[in-house]
Amino acid sequence: MSDTPLLKVEDLTVRFAVKRGGGFGQKHYLYAVDNISFEVKKGETLAIVGESGSGKTTAALAVARLVAAYQGRVDLGGQDILQLAGEDLRQMRRRVQFIFQDPYSSLNPRQRAEDVVREPLLSLTKTPAAEQQAIVDDLFAHVGLRPEQKRLFPHQFSGGQRQRIGIARALSTQPELIICDEPVSALDVAVQAQILNLLRRLQAEYGLTYLFISHDLGVVQHMCDSIAVMYMGKIVEHADRLSLFNNPLHPYTAALLSAVPTVDKTLRQKSRRILIPGDPPDPVNLPKGCRFANRCPVAQARCREEAPELKQVAEEHRIACHLVDESAQSPL
Amino acid sequence: MADQPLLKVENLRIELVTRAGVAPVIDNLSFELGHGENISFVGESGCGKSMTALAIMGLLPEGIGRIASGSILFDGEDLTTASPERLRDIRGNEISMIFQEPMTSLNPVYTVGEQIAEVLRAHQGLSKRAAWDMAIELLDAVRIPNAKGRVSDYPFQMSGGQRQRVMIAMALACKPKILIADEPTTALDVTVQAQIFDLLRDLRRDTGTSIIMITHDMGAVAEMAERMIVMYAGRNAEIGPVEQIIEHPRHPYTRGLISCVPHIVANLTAERHELTEVPGIVPSLRDFGQNRCLFASRCDRRSDQCLTERPPTREFENGQKSDCWHAEEL
Repeated sequence: MSDTPLLKVEDLTVRFAVKRGGGFGQKHYLYAVDNISFEVKKGETLAIVGESGSGKTTAALAVARLVAAYQGRVDLGGQDILQLAGEDLRQMRRRVQFIFQDPYSSLNPRQRAEDVVREPLLSLTKTPAAEQQAIVDDLFAHVGLRPEQKRLFPHQFSGGQRQRIGIARALSTQPELIICDEPVSALDVAVQAQILNLLRRLQAEYGLTYLFISHDLGVVQHMCDSIAVMYMGKIVEHADRLSLFNNPLHPYTAALLSAVPTVDKTLRQKSRRILIPGDPPDPVNLPKGCRFANRCPVAQARCREEAPELKQVAEEHRIACHLVDESAQSPL
Repeated sequence: MADQPLLKVENLRIELVTRAGVAPVIDNLSFELGHGENISFVGESGCGKSMTALAIMGLLPEGIGRIASGSILFDGEDLTTASPERLRDIRGNEISMIFQEPMTSLNPVYTVGEQIAEVLRAHQGLSKRAAWDMAIELLDAVRIPNAKGRVSDYPFQMSGGQRQRVMIAMALACKPKILIADEPTTALDVTVQAQIFDLLRDLRRDTGTSIIMITHDMGAVAEMAERMIVMYAGRNAEIGPVEQIIEHPRHPYTRGLISCVPHIVANLTAERHELTEVPGIVPSLRDFGQNRCLFASRCDRRSDQCLTERPPTREFENGQKSDCWHAEEL
């Protein structure tokens, strides 16, 4: 693990035009990702967590150039990948691979397992045919599939095995960055552990860097080195693993953590549940102040007027809240 | 009557007709539910949790599933022999159910008020006007802000959490004795899940309704239930008080379910352990019903006996029961 960031995202914004009302003229935009910045160090895992609609998946898709960014910079090893086109873009796709949430819909049902894994080699690399088979065989062994399963079709596999095929496919082009979008949330609990352990083993073995998208804080706590919490398109808190879980500063992060049901008896008795009432605001007509203010238990007048900037309050700890200063004390 | 459990399921066996023949999707299941008690069914998909719920509701898929033997005693009345009319009367009235997916369990072309009122008119014979007023009261009770205004909303105008609240309002409309919640929060965000759990807890305290919650999340069980029933491949694996089972599981499957999930812990340290894996997956339906421990193929404590004979139920002094040959050693 070195200190050089492999991925550096600056002021990334993704917006979608939405239809509103029957009028002509004015277009409305939904800012799914609104001016976010973060870095991922080589060999480490950054999690983006948040609830549905927070923009975490859109951010990941924009980093992989699977949706168009409106503005910003996505720097991968010194190159702004938002500016790439043609052959350069193809090279970038080789370096950034994706593991999808749903192993049922992300594999082509008419392709045999080995062809699924070989596909990126054919479309993104110039690997000679003779070497391809060796690479595929090697990947099958590494993700825990048996050689005789190569000729099977996706429907002949269980959910966990399918996700292994998806992982092998992502590894085939020797990528530097792998984006894991909720890689275990569609799997049965007992199978989740198998896949999470596999992802960590592969990371150690190949020196992989993960951008890990998840809503499951238990999984994130286990998998990640640093965490960015998103709410309504904004990063509200960004910290290393120990700071975020042991000293969550943003009221939303604290509420999110306290909402997770746990078998840990001491934690359950110790933590006061912070219930946040209501629902998030309309993403097209956002309030002018802090986006969390209408649900925040400690919001003040200023929070409704002025949007907080993401600021550094400790080493490796950034937060967007008016009520937290350099002393890094929780406002709750 | 006070000592009698509200619901008593005894040696229940449900057979499902499949292409490969008849399979026992529920195999000799027994449990009790007390008045005002909150129990949880836990297990992976395909272990028969939802099938048990459907059997209690008399909603087994017609022509495919049937109760082969055993009894379901509800307040002393055997539901397995009740007439379809009687079951229809009980369903939604005395026992009601909420489902995992609040998007698809509501009718998109009726307002939520009409759907709640329908329950009241069908079961309680309320007038249109009275049912509508009651619907507003119920929406208020499940904490939908501005219930009077929202009662004429269509389901698409509500968020996922609000739709699940509407489902709960509908399920509670007739003050049922039992509420069956089948993965009620799986499709929802954690903060919304916390709101729904809070609501269910309060409603139980206020109305005394017993709750059966089906889930795969041990954290949710610890949060909500007093007793849990761990199911595996259509059978009881372990039954007992939640705190005790979490503290000291007496079945390797329960132990696996608890330790395979990375739980949030109080004081996080830099060190990280590998998660305990439960290798393999739940057996397919055609392997159900064999005279052996069905978990044996995934179990690290497997002995010869596990492969040749179905384990009997071992009962412990603290009320824990485990169907495992090695329960005492665990």
